[in-house]
This record gives sequence, C-alpha cells and structure tokens, in this order.
Amino acid sequence: MRKSTIIITAAIAVLFASSWILKAKFAVVSEATMSAFAQGFWVTFSAFLTLAVFSFLYKDNPFYKFAEHLYVGVSAAYWMSLGFWTTLVGNLVPRLSQGLSEFFQVPYIGFEWHFLIPLAFGFILLMRLSPRGGWISRWALAFIVGTTAGLNLPRFLSSDFISQISATFMPLLVDWQGIGHFFSNLSLTASGQFVGMLSNLVVFFGVLCGIVYFFFSKEHKGAFGLGSRFGIWILMITFGASFGYTVMGRISLLVGRLTFLLDTWLNLTV
Amino acid sequence: MLKHIMSLMLVVMLMMTMSWAQEEAVSDSVPQAVPISPPTNVRAFDTPYDNGHSITLEWDLSADDPDGKGRVLSYRILRSDMPDGPFVDRGVAIPAGEHKHNDKGVKESDNENYFPKGKDFYYKVVAVSADGESESAIVGPVHSAGQFFNRGLSAVAIACLIFTVLTIYFIRKARRGAELYIRPLAGIDAVDEAIGRATEMGKPILYIMGLGTAADIATIASFTILGRVAKKVAEYQTSLIVPCYDPIVMTVAQETVKTGYYDAGRPDAYNEDDVFFLTNQQFAYVSGVNGIMVRQKPATNFYLGKFYAESLIMAETGNSINSIQIAGTDEVTQIPFFVVACDYTLIGEELYAASAYLGREPVLLGTLKAQDWAKACVLICIILGVLGAIAHQTWFTDLFKVIVSE
Repeated sequence: MRKSTIIITAAIAVLFASSWILKAKFAVVSEATMSAFAQGFWVTFSAFLTLAVFSFLYKDNPFYKFAEHLYVGVSAAYWMSLGFWTTLVGNLVPRLSQGLSEFFQVPYIGFEWHFLIPLAFGFILLMRLSPRGGWISRWALAFIVGTTAGLNLPRFLSSDFISQISATFMPLLVDWQGIGHFFSNLSLTASGQFVGMLSNLVVFFGVLCGIVYFFFSKEHKGAFGLGSRFGIWILMITFGASFGYTVMGRISLLVGRLTFLLDTWLNLTV
Repeated sequence: MLKHIMSLMLVVMLMMTMSWAQEEAVSDSVPQAVPISPPTNVRAFDTPYDNGHSITLEWDLSADDPDGKGRVLSYRILRSDMPDGPFVDRGVAIPAGEHKHNDKGVKESDNENYFPKGKDFYYKVVAVSADGESESAIVGPVHSAGQFFNRGLSAVAIACLIFTVLTIYFIRKARRGAELYIRPLAGIDAVDEAIGRATEMGKPILYIMGLGTAADIATIASFTILGRVAKKVAEYQTSLIVPCYDPIVMTVAQETVKTGYYDAGRPDAYNEDDVFFLTNQQFAYVSGVNGIMVRQKPATNFYLGKFYAESLIMAETGNSINSIQIAGTDEVTQIPFFVVACDYTLIGEELYAASAYLGREPVLLGTLKAQDWAKACVLICIILGVLGAIAHQTWFTDLFKVIVSE
C-alpha cells in the first residue's frame, strides 16, 4: 500500500471518529429514538457513504469501491429476503399449506390448487442448478416470456395504440365566429380558438410525420423523406423538453443530499 | 276635528288589520318539508360482456328530478345480500339527472373492494335532497356472471386480427424469396463495427439490459439483439459481460448467450459467469455497473432494454472511459439522455426493429414489413378521424372506443 493512501485513510478515519464523537455529544435524543452514540454513528456513516459515492466524480478509488460493494451486497441480500417473505411466505405458503402457514405465522387462506403451477415452475427453474436437467428450466422461461408477451399484446394495443390513435382525432378547423373571436385569447394556457387550432395542427402533423419516420421498409426520399425529417425534428424537440424537465428533477435529488450533508451532518442550517 | 281623528284611527286600524292578515297569509304559504319522490322502476342486472364482478342498475328518475334541475341533489346506492337488509351504502353519489350506475368491484377475494361472482344481492336506490331522502323499492335478487367476450375490447381484437393477417402474409412472402427493402439505420449498422473495435482493442463488450423484467417488450427485443451480439462475439473471440438486474432476465440472458456461442460453433468459449446477477435495486445496480466500467474499461457498451433514471449515469460513465456506446430504449423520458451521451441511439420502435435488421431472417423481415403496413393503416385512420372530427361525425371515432373491463 502506498504511503499517500495510508495517510489519506488515516486522516479520513480521524475525521470519521471526530464527527462521530461530536454528533453523539450534540445529538438530540428522545426515549423513542436510538442512543446518542448510535445516532452519531449512523449520521456520520451516511455522510461518509455519500461523500464516498461523490468521490467517483473525481475518479475510481477505494472509498467508492467500499461504498459500491456495500450498496450492491446489502441491496441484493435485502431483495432476496424481501422476495422470500413477500412472494413465497406472503403469497404462496398461505394458499398451499396450513402447516407451513403456522410455521411462518401467516394466516392460512385456504388451499388453492392453481398455486401449484407457479410452485412447479419454480422448481423447474431451479433445475438449472442440475448439470443434467438444466434444459428443463427452459420450459419455465418459455412460459414466462411467451405468456407475458401474449398478455402484453392486447394491453399495449388498447393503451398505447388504439387510445392514442383516437386521441389524435381532433378538429383542425374551428367553427368560424369572426376574426375578433378567433384571436381573442392568445395565451398559451388559454383555450382560445387560435391557440386551440394551432395546437391541434401541431399534434396532427407531428403524429403523422413521427409515424412516417418509423417506416423501415420504404426509402425516405422526396415528400416521404421530408415528412420523415419533420418527424425526427418533432421527436428531438420533444426529447429536449423532456430532458430539461427531468434534469430539474435530478437537481432536486442533489439538493436533498446536500441538505443532508450541510444541515443534518454539519448542522449548518440552510 | 274629533270626527277626522276617529276616521284617521279607523283607517290606521284597518290598514294594520290588513297588514296582519297579509303576514298571516304569507306565513301560511311557507312550504313544509315535503318528502321527495323516490326513484321508480329500478332494474338491476348482470353487466353484459364483463368479467363477472359488477351489476348494472338503472332507474326512472324521481318525480322531483326533472333533468337534474329539481330538488334531488344526488342518488345513493344501497346493497344487501338479504332481502330484508341490512343495506350497506356503496359509497357513491350519483349526480341528479343520471339514471344508471355500474356497481363494480375487483376479483381478488382479499381486496376490500371484492365483488363476489354468482352471489345474490338486493339493491335500493335512494334519492337525496336537502329535505331528506327517499328510498326506492327493493330490487333483487340479482347476481353477476362473467362472459367470455368483452365487447368493449372489440377494437383491440380487430387490430390484433389485422396485424396477425398482415404478419402471416408478409412472412410467407419473405419465405418465398421476395426481396424486402429495409432502409439503413446507423445505430444498427454500427453494431458489427463496435464488436470489431472491441476485438481489435482486446477489451470486453459490456451489454446492459436495463431494469426491465422478462415481461417487457423492450427486454424481449434486447434478448434477440443479445443473441446476435453473442454470436458475433463468439466468432471474433471477444469477451462479453452482461450484468443483470433481474434474476429471470439473467436466466434468459444466459440461455440466449449460450445459444449464440453454439450457433457460432464455439460452445467451449461460453462462460456462464459472464452473464451474472448484480442486484435488484436501481442505484446499487448503477454503482455496480459503473464500477465494472471504470475497472474493466470495455471498448463497447450496449444499453438496450428498459431504462429509467440510471440511463444518464451509466451513459456518462461509459462516455468518460471513451467506449463506443450504442443505446436503445422505448422509455421516452430516457431517450434524450442516451441521445446526448451515446454515439448511436435506437429510438423506440427502432429497438424492436433492430433484431430483424441484424438477423435478416424471413420471419423477422416479414414482421417488420407487416408493422409498416399497420402504421400505414394508422395513418389512414388518423386522417379519416380528423376529417370526421372536422365534419362533426363521431361514428368513426366511436369505433375506436376501448372500454377496458378487468
């Protein structure tokens, strides 16, 4: 291990211990919460992990590696445990076995024979672990992929296909009530005739040209190519708007983390 | 003088008497709280073409509810499983003027909104006014039953049928050897180039399938592309790393990669540990993938599947290590991040089409052609629908109504 690494690690250990002692000393403890000693540790440890993850912005380092491995390991174990208790014990056991329900202390719902099917498929999936019977697990996989694809087809057709087609059926022309009425309300948030008609036109041509862009078996030339280019422009403008909107959401996450560091950890009220 | 005073007093007394009489008449005309008329002719029947967990109620409006402008404020629905009660309020307030209600629940027996199929129920409709309530006669027994067809989903059935016919037709046509043109897509053309680059550099290829489950269409499309990539990787003798988010996806991915190696005639080169489960938590998965990227420095990163907030973090890390990056997802909110951080991005349906592009098999090419024809049908429908909306003709729009009943 290099000397600089030892020095940095020692400095961080001292800082960690100092923070722990100080947080424990000034912790506000009630009877319902943990002790000041434990509270000081967890706040300091959270701050340490936050900074360890942030250190990745500089470059990969042992602190990031520690945080990464801890995070991956803990989360994998947590989800495995959650899956066991919610899926197997929570859903399967109460419908198949009274004895096991009593053993796991979950209320027995009653025997439901069709829950034997997922149980059987579960065992078939585990056949992967057998060197000679591994091929049997493909049945379960084929069932999962085939069934879900089949079930998704009508769902997507109704929600993403037919509903969206019918949502595009909007009048492009307005009932003419005079030029004054037509331009009476030009606010983008208003429902004036001009803005409404413009909005409908953008939606109509945007959808049409967007679909044209996704034609794969026809060359994008001439008028078709023009429509396709307009379609990709519409898509890119939409993506740009979505990008800005989502980035603002991410900034709020960062603010949340900085608030923790400055306020909860360092007591610098912001 | 006295006579005048007497006359004046007489007039005043007369006026006061008239005034009192008038007040009494007014107080006599104040209406007392007259009970409102109840709804009549209540009909309860099983809702047709549903899954059997609802009853439809219809009634004639209360005589005090002329088109919702009378004394009736709303209607309530009471239900009991015995003819003599107790009746329980179903918790709905149907606006005055309406004379139909669908009393529906869910099929899960452990849900509080469970609506049992085949069980007899009795109903009453209650008209509510400011002066009180008035109950209809009890109607029942009535029970719900499921039907095989949900007529509300006819449009979906027709769309399925049209698409299936188109697909079968074009697959048969492709199998007969017809030339089907496919326009070039930069992102897909770059796949072979990216694998070749990794081979030349002697670095691995990282294939990320996102956070989708094996049920997601994007993940299923990604499996197909993974198979093609694995085959090329096996041919070029490059290494492939596939960290997975979902255990089932990992199992399918292992089978897919294994098949790719077998197809390339190199089953001995397949290493099951190259396709592994990382974790099932979004940002822990990202931190793990980022760690793999910065330590193993793959020459090529594929991000194909379903992605959420992790897309930009991974794509930026991949960009920082100068990997060539090809991404594709159908998550509209994540495409912008891939567009800015990756070399090539497959937008939405391009991801689904990629497998046909890479394989050039008649089945996949025929499907692609059928999809284009389906899109042409959509274009025609939209134009007709808009023309109908301009002409105030709703019959065409009504054809597309989808009533989803679970």
